[in-house]
Amino acid sequence: MTVILEVRALHKHFGGAKVLVDVDLAIAAGEIHCLIGPNGAGKSTLFKVMVGTYEPSAGTVMFLGEDVTTRKPFERVRRGMSIKMQVPSIFRELPVRQNLVIALQQRLPKHRIDAEAQRLMAMLELQAQAHQTASRLSHGQQQWLEIGMALALQPRLLLLDEPTAGMSPEETFRTGELIQGLNREGMTVLVVEHDMAFIRQIAQRVTVLHLGRVFAQDSIGAIVTDPRVAEIYLGKSHVE
Amino acid sequence: MLDALRALNGPQTMGNGRAFWSAFGIVLLLAVAYPLAFDPYDVGNTAYFLIWIFCALGLSLMWGYTGILSFGQMAFFGVAGYGYGVISINLSAAGGTTLLALAAAVGISAAFAAVLGYFMIYGRVGGVFFGIVTFATTLALAAFMGQTAGPEWAIGRARFNGYNGMGGMPPLELPWFGPPIPLEGTVLYYTVLALLLLTYLGLRWLVNGRFGNVLVAIREDPLRAELLGYDVRRYQLAVFVLGSSLAALSGGLYTAWGQFITPAIMGLPSAAMPIIWVAFSGRGDLTATLVGTFVLLLSFQALTVYSQQYALILMGLILLVTVLFVPSGFVAGLGQWLSGERSRPAAARMRRSNPERKLS
Repeated sequence: MTVILEVRALHKHFGGAKVLVDVDLAIAAGEIHCLIGPNGAGKSTLFKVMVGTYEPSAGTVMFLGEDVTTRKPFERVRRGMSIKMQVPSIFRELPVRQNLVIALQQRLPKHRIDAEAQRLMAMLELQAQAHQTASRLSHGQQQWLEIGMALALQPRLLLLDEPTAGMSPEETFRTGELIQGLNREGMTVLVVEHDMAFIRQIAQRVTVLHLGRVFAQDSIGAIVTDPRVAEIYLGKSHVE
Repeated sequence: MLDALRALNGPQTMGNGRAFWSAFGIVLLLAVAYPLAFDPYDVGNTAYFLIWIFCALGLSLMWGYTGILSFGQMAFFGVAGYGYGVISINLSAAGGTTLLALAAAVGISAAFAAVLGYFMIYGRVGGVFFGIVTFATTLALAAFMGQTAGPEWAIGRARFNGYNGMGGMPPLELPWFGPPIPLEGTVLYYTVLALLLLTYLGLRWLVNGRFGNVLVAIREDPLRAELLGYDVRRYQLAVFVLGSSLAALSGGLYTAWGQFITPAIMGLPSAAMPIIWVAFSGRGDLTATLVGTFVLLLSFQALTVYSQQYALILMGLILLVTVLFVPSGFVAGLGQWLSGERSRPAAARMRRSNPERKLS
């Protein structure tokens, strides 16, 4: 197994609050890996440490075999990491197309940007909204636009923090298909998600975080039948 | 030629069509023909107005396009003004070196902006605090220059003279075969007009290209811009140095024009002026800034003839009304109305863009 991203003995404290405690996690190249856990488990914090917007209190982050713990977010992105944030993070007052162009110009020469922007907008079904201000898109479309911006960088590793939050079941399913399609083309994807139906649709491997620690790691089939996982999600009495 | 013109148009500027460029051509022709119809005193006076516009364009680039509210334009203006004085007075014997003095003065001011900007931007001073620090820097410089009245405050033959101001620097001269040509009156007007044209077109090219796309991305959401792989702080520093250098160009030209500079140029009323011009005009658009600043300067001088105090009060009132009722700026609003582009993204962006968002 080739490891693309690995965190070792990772700790993150905010004052006295220990949000991540001794987390070890390795993401294999080419897999769709889902990170689940109850609210407050530390999923989003772990994401932010991986991408570099939070500094870890201790531990290391390795990306493509290189220690990137002290690297700034833009340096990690340039090495092939791309993220979609939990709350849609797009350039709200700029047109949809310009949002994509800003992402595309990072890696493409000028003459190739137009065609690639068209391709992405077709993939995201946003052609009709190309010149519309991004803030006027529906919530689901904003989520897709941000995924499109993350994809515009052609990352080796795509990090998605709750990509289907606020989407209709149909949009959620299509997002799943999109992610699976990207994965078939060789992209590694790490997803934080609450929606178990969506996780069942896409996950190849699942890590469960609980109280800032890795609680379980297995295939999706094994995780959903694990009574300990049901217990942390629903409470002991409920499971019994 | 067509490609070059196309590069000047784009989503970051109002007025990209044939109608705009036709009107632009007419205004430019009128500006070129203007000295033929008016006496050299008026022409020199108009050159004075044009000199200030560089400073306003620099602030528009920083504040309107990148979301960096700098209150320090007059600090860089003053540093370059005094810089021009010190260098040109000491070099005056050499003759024909005043353009060199101007370039050096702008360079010194740009270096000062680079140092100050580096510590602020990499020290994560953002939002309103950026304005406060740059404002405090301006006032500190004014206070410092105010206490330089003694004869010990001199560099070479150039004395600072405290609040009385530094004078006696030579006007700009163009080295030529034989005696240098003094850049005064009509010649100065054409020189400043040409510089302004180059600056305006250069900035349009810059903001409508890849660099400009990154600037507006930083203004909209610095964290997202960084997560697309852009070194946000480097861009912010570059823009801060460029915008401040334009204020420095204004300062150097101003001092050469009047052959005089005092610390009051970095005082409170003066430091607020670029903010008022740019806010009134429409900080998110270069053309609006250019037109609005010129109109305000003209009105301000006309009013000053009657009472400087009332003129200042009116400027304050204009800022208040702009902030309360037309935050996107009067001239920009008028431009959008004229071109029927009220629903354009740029209009919305200027209404809602929040310069206080910063990198977390």
